[in-house]
Amino acid sequence: MIAQHLGHLRNHRDHVTNRVISQCHTFHVIVDSYRFLPRSFRPLYEGRGPFPGEEGPVWAPFEKRLSESRIALLTSAGLYLKGSQQSFDVEREKVHEEWGDPTWRAIPSAARPDEIAVAHLHINDEDLLADSEIAVPMHLLTELASEGVVGGSVADNVSVMGYQDRSLRDWRDTTAPAIVAHLREHGADALVLAPA
Amino acid sequence: MPVLARWIEAAGIPTVVVTMMPAVAEERRAPRIVGVEFPFGHAFGMPHDRAMQRRVLELALRVLAGAAAFGTRVDLDIQWPVPLREAYKAWQPGVPSPIVRKMLEARQSQS
Repeated sequence: MIAQHLGHLRNHRDHVTNRVISQCHTFHVIVDSYRFLPRSFRPLYEGRGPFPGEEGPVWAPFEKRLSESRIALLTSAGLYLKGSQQSFDVEREKVHEEWGDPTWRAIPSAARPDEIAVAHLHINDEDLLADSEIAVPMHLLTELASEGVVGGSVADNVSVMGYQDRSLRDWRDTTAPAIVAHLREHGADALVLAPA
Repeated sequence: MPVLARWIEAAGIPTVVVTMMPAVAEERRAPRIVGVEFPFGHAFGMPHDRAMQRRVLELALRVLAGAAAFGTRVDLDIQWPVPLREAYKAWQPGVPSPIVRKMLEARQSQS
């Protein structure tokens, strides 16, 4: 009887704990963040905390209605246009294993699937080449714009190659400001980023 | 990637990160996060599954436009439709990346 009572109390406390979590703006946690990661890689990501100088909040309020906003997409899957753009430099990475190409590419929303190539040595590119929408859903976004869910999509989305964790200097000093200038130029109100 | 979102957000453009590692995005202080339990390289879901891709993008847009405060994380409740062992193998490159190859070589020389 006492055990039952304690069990009831414990359940009650769990419920309260969950409410505290929701006050931190995390809703019900469903995703296991390490499900598909090789176990030996987990310590490279888990419990590392923020990068130095990146501890505090940053916040740009979303001020318009979604149906009046122009949305841009950014992928880190290393997509580029094989006919008109240089590949991300994977040859250099093969020699300097800790280096990743920090440059970026503009990917037109109107690009045909057969124009898109992938340069990323850390993932299997088969599914990306079969359907690049799994990394950068440009056609889907155009569709949502035509339905009025969003106000519009940018003409050129953004692609980077995501293997950068060892040195972020070039991304911070060169790539990020260039991407911001590109987004402003294209009238983007907000950005959806997806790591590969 | 979360840190790139921070820099773009700091420049005045609202961002949301759609990621298979939402716990890491939280640690790295991304402003808005959508978690997906999908293999790497598949942030928006299965190839050619337009309905699944749409669910991800629509949730991302809702969080982007609707989150009230920094650090909002919402996970998408979709299970990857491929058995874990198969999916775990399938996302990895046929040839190990240079850094993984180096790590493997270092481990072999230690043993």
